[in-house]
Amino acid sequence: MAKVIGAVVVDNEECKGCGLCVVACPQDALSQNKQVNGRGYHYSFMKNPQACIGCSNCATVCPDSCIVVYRVKINEVRTEPVLVS
Amino acid sequence: MNLADIINPNNLVYEKPKLLTENTMHYCPGCSHGVVHKLLAEVILDLDIQEKTIGVSPVGCAVFAYNYIEIDWQEAAHGRAPAVATGIARCNPDKVVFTYQGDGDLASIGAAEILHACNRGENIVVIFVNNGIYGMTGGQMAPTTLIGQVTATTPNGRDAGRNGYPLKITELIAQLPGTSYVTRQSVHTPASIRKCKKAISKAFQAAIDKKGTSFVEVVSTCNMNWKLSPVKANEWMVDNMFPFYQPGDLKDSTKTDPASYTPLKN
Repeated sequence: MAKVIGAVVVDNEECKGCGLCVVACPQDALSQNKQVNGRGYHYSFMKNPQACIGCSNCATVCPDSCIVVYRVKINEVRTEPVLVS
Repeated sequence: MNLADIINPNNLVYEKPKLLTENTMHYCPGCSHGVVHKLLAEVILDLDIQEKTIGVSPVGCAVFAYNYIEIDWQEAAHGRAPAVATGIARCNPDKVVFTYQGDGDLASIGAAEILHACNRGENIVVIFVNNGIYGMTGGQMAPTTLIGQVTATTPNGRDAGRNGYPLKITELIAQLPGTSYVTRQSVHTPASIRKCKKAISKAFQAAIDKKGTSFVEVVSTCNMNWKLSPVKANEWMVDNMFPFYQPGDLKDSTKTDPASYTPLKN
């Protein structure tokens, strides 16, 4: 079955730490960083990169357009079940 | 597969629209204006009308809109954006003219201008961002403030006896024969943002097709003056604004003749 994996890149200096992307993420892949950026905001980051499916919900709701989304489709080789007699 | 393989220009699915400039927006964190700007940029790019779009920016938080979207802009006096847009649209019939206004600008100071521009059926698009408060000046009561809503000038909540009732200006405008498409949208979830983009796109298409005024209200948040976090402000909007300002199309005559209004028979 084809599997979709994604990744987001947050512009740390542009992010204002509003947290809207964290709520919009259906996979719970994003979180707000405990560290702050140059302007004192808790910028978003991928706390769980494996969970991202590249749906671009986070980038859609981002008011400052500081999220770029990438997505790839991987065709996993389906292994046939081996009958053991 | 590691992250470096995924982060590759070939796998790009979403990035900042090319029409938005590199300037950092001056809006507060989580402000709905940023999303509406982004949608405007995407729609203008999709319709390929960058060279012939003229925006009229208001007085209010969006006064610096011309810094963020790379199209031609004109700054109008407070509330007079529809009047300025009328002039631009009449002098340049081949251009697509839109105004971008807040609720103080449109529903209070410029109420006469917007009603008459819509009644004349000018070929303009009006983007009306309604957050129920005067954002830029520090959170005073606006005409669209809900009953009971606490603002800087109504510290005990808006009282109908003292402050009057909230104004549903979009419903007023939907009755005017000059308007072709009147809708109310919001930008609080990915689904509503995609829906709002379709509405803005339809409004611009109506202006290109010379159907009359199209009016898109975006019910939005002002988390800073509502004194809530951006996420809580969205929840507050759903719980309190939506029962009064119900999202949905109020009028859609883009498919029919805009001159279907029957004149008096002598």
